[in-house]
Amino acid sequence: MATKEATTSVKKLQVKRFKPDENPEKHYLNQETGIWAWMTTVDHKKIGLMYLASITFFFFIGGMLALLLRTELLSPARSFMDANVYNQVFTLHGAIMIFFFLIPSVPAALGNFILPLQLGAKDVAFPRLNLASYYIYVIGALFTIFAIFTGGVDTGWTFYTPYSVTTSGNVMAMTFGVFILGFSSILTGLNFIVTIHKLRSPGLSWNKLPLNLWGLYATSLIQILATPVLAITLLLLTMERALGIGIFDPNLGGDPVLYQHFFWFYSHPAVYIMIVPGFGIISEVISTFSRKVIFGYWAIALSSLAIAFIGFLVWGHHMFTAGQSPLANMVFSFLTFLVGIPTGIKIFNWLATMYKGSIDLKTPMLYAMVFLFLFTIGGFTGIMLGALSVDIHLHDTYYVVAHFHYVMMGGMVMAFLAGLHYWWPKMFGKMYNEFLGRITCGIIFVGFNMTFLPQFVMGAQGMPRRYFNYIDQFQPFHQLSTIGAYVMGVGFFIMAGYLLHSLLKGKSSGSNPWGSRSLEWQTPSPVPLHNFEYTPVIINGPYDYHKPMSEFQLGIATPHNGHDHHAGEQTNVSETEKEQA
Amino acid sequence: MLPPQKSTLAEGTDALFHFINITSVILLIGITIAIVYFSWKYRRRSDNDITPVITHNSKLEITWSVIPLILVMIVFGWGLTGYVNLSNAPDDAYEIRVVAKSWLWEFHYDTGFVSVNELHVPANRPVKLVMSSDDVLHSFYIPDFRIKADVLPNRYSSVWFEAIEPGESVIFCTEYCGTAHSNMMANTFVHTQEEFETWLITAGSADDDMDPVELGEQLVTRNACTTCHSADGTTLQGPSYQGLWGAERTMESGETLTADENYIRESILEPNAKISQGYQPVMPSYSGSLNDRQIDAIIEYIKTLQ
Amino acid sequence: MSQPTALKEKLDHLQHHFIDSDQQFDAAKMGMWVFLVTEILFFGGLFVAYIVYRSWYPELYLLASTELDTFWGAVNTFVLIGSSLTVAMAIRSAQLDQIKGLIINLYITIGLACVFMVIKYFEYAHKFEKGILPGSYYSYEGIAHEKANIFFSIYYMMTGLHGVHVLIGIGLMIWLVVKAKRKVLHSGYYTPVEITGLYWHLVDVIWIFLFPLLYLID
Repeated sequence: MATKEATTSVKKLQVKRFKPDENPEKHYLNQETGIWAWMTTVDHKKIGLMYLASITFFFFIGGMLALLLRTELLSPARSFMDANVYNQVFTLHGAIMIFFFLIPSVPAALGNFILPLQLGAKDVAFPRLNLASYYIYVIGALFTIFAIFTGGVDTGWTFYTPYSVTTSGNVMAMTFGVFILGFSSILTGLNFIVTIHKLRSPGLSWNKLPLNLWGLYATSLIQILATPVLAITLLLLTMERALGIGIFDPNLGGDPVLYQHFFWFYSHPAVYIMIVPGFGIISEVISTFSRKVIFGYWAIALSSLAIAFIGFLVWGHHMFTAGQSPLANMVFSFLTFLVGIPTGIKIFNWLATMYKGSIDLKTPMLYAMVFLFLFTIGGFTGIMLGALSVDIHLHDTYYVVAHFHYVMMGGMVMAFLAGLHYWWPKMFGKMYNEFLGRITCGIIFVGFNMTFLPQFVMGAQGMPRRYFNYIDQFQPFHQLSTIGAYVMGVGFFIMAGYLLHSLLKGKSSGSNPWGSRSLEWQTPSPVPLHNFEYTPVIINGPYDYHKPMSEFQLGIATPHNGHDHHAGEQTNVSETEKEQA
Repeated sequence: MLPPQKSTLAEGTDALFHFINITSVILLIGITIAIVYFSWKYRRRSDNDITPVITHNSKLEITWSVIPLILVMIVFGWGLTGYVNLSNAPDDAYEIRVVAKSWLWEFHYDTGFVSVNELHVPANRPVKLVMSSDDVLHSFYIPDFRIKADVLPNRYSSVWFEAIEPGESVIFCTEYCGTAHSNMMANTFVHTQEEFETWLITAGSADDDMDPVELGEQLVTRNACTTCHSADGTTLQGPSYQGLWGAERTMESGETLTADENYIRESILEPNAKISQGYQPVMPSYSGSLNDRQIDAIIEYIKTLQ
Repeated sequence: MSQPTALKEKLDHLQHHFIDSDQQFDAAKMGMWVFLVTEILFFGGLFVAYIVYRSWYPELYLLASTELDTFWGAVNTFVLIGSSLTVAMAIRSAQLDQIKGLIINLYITIGLACVFMVIKYFEYAHKFEKGILPGSYYSYEGIAHEKANIFFSIYYMMTGLHGVHVLIGIGLMIWLVVKAKRKVLHSGYYTPVEITGLYWHLVDVIWIFLFPLLYLID
């Protein structure tokens, strides 16, 4: 690039090693303090934490609703809730867990925090848009809460027409709330795509991108392509109720199956929005806690993209009994089986990573193992549901409920917990009680299986879903399931306890308690306000455990650390010695 | 793990179910053994452990892509064959018309007789149900027969089956349809061919000799009135029958009236003409499924519930 | 990566997490393109609804389309295409540091957009008078088809949503005028104009699809 003019002003860039401070005095949590600073922050880390607090709140609410449902179901007839109330409770449980917890959980909470750090960037591409995303999420949530208190919604989280058009209750407020929330998801995806394309550190080529980021990238692609379709579907549904538009309601000349097509065109890719970030976390955790290079990097990276792509083509498998043509059923069933293959590939690659590794079963790794087991069950039961003849029997029964809880909770929530426990020290600079972490993982594992294994059996025996009453033969299964739910609840309360304790009184973690090679660990814990005090330079892949740690802490000094561009002087980089001993 | 096989279609569905289950369990055990064994065998010995640099293995990658692909294709083909079977009723199937209304099932036979929440069919003969809904989406599901189809308001859908022996099987509504969705159950009565024909001819006329009050009490159960109207004062979706006869009632419109024969008759045939105050207009109409004699019997029964 | 020894104001726009203006500009453009993709999917749903109902009731569409005034629809098409031209000229003005030209071109674009909305207003008003209202408020007897309300529901949703986007565009361009008057925009930083221009072009393109599909099929 040297031209005649440029030769005289060629910059000499000296790459040095920057060892992270083990006990940073100043970091993002104690700079910019006070509630106003938090509410107007454009720092991706604080925004990530605000999302984390919000999704934790909604997980708690959704969980309480689940316990209410399961308690009512202890006996076959009415225990303490009327059918009307029950129907609203299951609707809310689904809507809250999916839209206000799962969809934002990894991307918006953990992703916002970690993505720029793994890229060596100082923030996401559009920090103000990031804050706007958060407030849009809050506004969407407020509409939904408003809906609960002004009539409630009893349609199920799927809002099928014509029932959702004709039922009383505040369907419009809730669908509008979810519509707004969709934009939060879209803007987060947009931000991540541009950040990954444009803000990578020098040397960070695509083949060195952490698999966590490949996962977030694939997820973001789905978010921007699928969520707008949900938006238009919910807008049409709201208009249907408000103006009687008539596209989905047969009384007005419309078609209810068309609604289902529109709804599932988003909602199937949505399940991949929910799980693919989790896959990214599992790659990070397994590699770190096996201290071994990831096996099949490109297989894992590209399989996320394959899942994203094929995931757009299978929505009809939610509608095998809905009245689609047999040809449509056949095509959707075929493609559904194809989408399972890239996922299977990942599981095998992760196991192969553990082979001949140096495995340390700390809490994050324990959750990753739990993920492998539970998600595999979820995946296999998905294959079961993809088979046309069997699905005719199992559709809309508890078998489906068990399947999606195994993939969403046994899969995604476990991956989320793995990520939470993995990056906890990075976010707060503190460790949690490792013993309690492992015990809780065990309690949740046992409770989870107790809750949902019986549901597979019930479903296969014909127990329909969304049932307030049921026939006597299913009672033992329901009772076992309810006990399991309470066991899980206990586990989560213990977790809240030790995590809170960690925040208040936890031991200092140091910058890299796990010995990971990934870039986010090469900066102090808690993280400095602007992430890195230098511009990181990447020469290795993030899983190259055979390379010494010092090779992952290289960078170019940037005086003023990115501020004071206005000073206007040419920076004379090579002269500045910033290496800290 | 599955319900008894009561139709000719059940065996095929079950065989595939078991195949997938067994294959999945075998693979799951394999994966679990790998997880547990690797975690133990390769546990960290020291902080300075060196691990081998194994980045990939193309042969392995292809193997564990192709074998699962073959397995799922087998499952796909098998499922498709079963499905084709499930969707193609034989041409000579005996047709019964089904109407779903929140929250009951009406069965219309070729003799014109209508039964509510009771499906009577002959064994060892293909039966095809042609279904539609009067209001929202429902779904017709008989677990024992392994059949299911959504029931739509703007077009017909159908299922078919051949029951293999006399007996009873439960029918569930399995598409959420509102408050009493979980009470929208019916029963299938499978008869021998002769018994079925007898039943069809005498159906309805068995009621001819019955005492009206007794008949009325049976009718309100058989026709799912009791799903929403109690006899003992409990408030459900609809007002209780207890104390209804002759009482002064206020309607949503503000008008007050006495609950007499005409009011009860109108409520059965045109339920949304007058809505009792505090209740929702959700009752389906029985016009076409209850005849005058039956309505009289119901009125006589209600009279006894003071 | 060197910048001209720039005046202090010239770098005011540069955000701290970007290395230089070019990176910031590239990121903003990419972001807007990604957003436009989401808009295409958003409108795409309505186009699918259009296609589905047209395949079910083709005669309805031909019949109902006669109620739409092709002349004024064509005028609106040219109005929007013209406004796309003027917004592109606005970007060119910014690139050449012709701030006056930038402001004038923005005003013309806003003006044309307003003309579009005014014509839309008259179209809608005329229909409302006849009883062609959306959804269950439809009361017009003049079309011999029982599903006429569906065509117009789709018409109102598509043109209505498009109209909302035109209004948002007008708002954005007014904001650009304010920025230009405050001397914030110049050849080293005209990103807001560039990305608003991109947005405006999409709004134009969507209309170019809507017009033939709704107006020209009779």
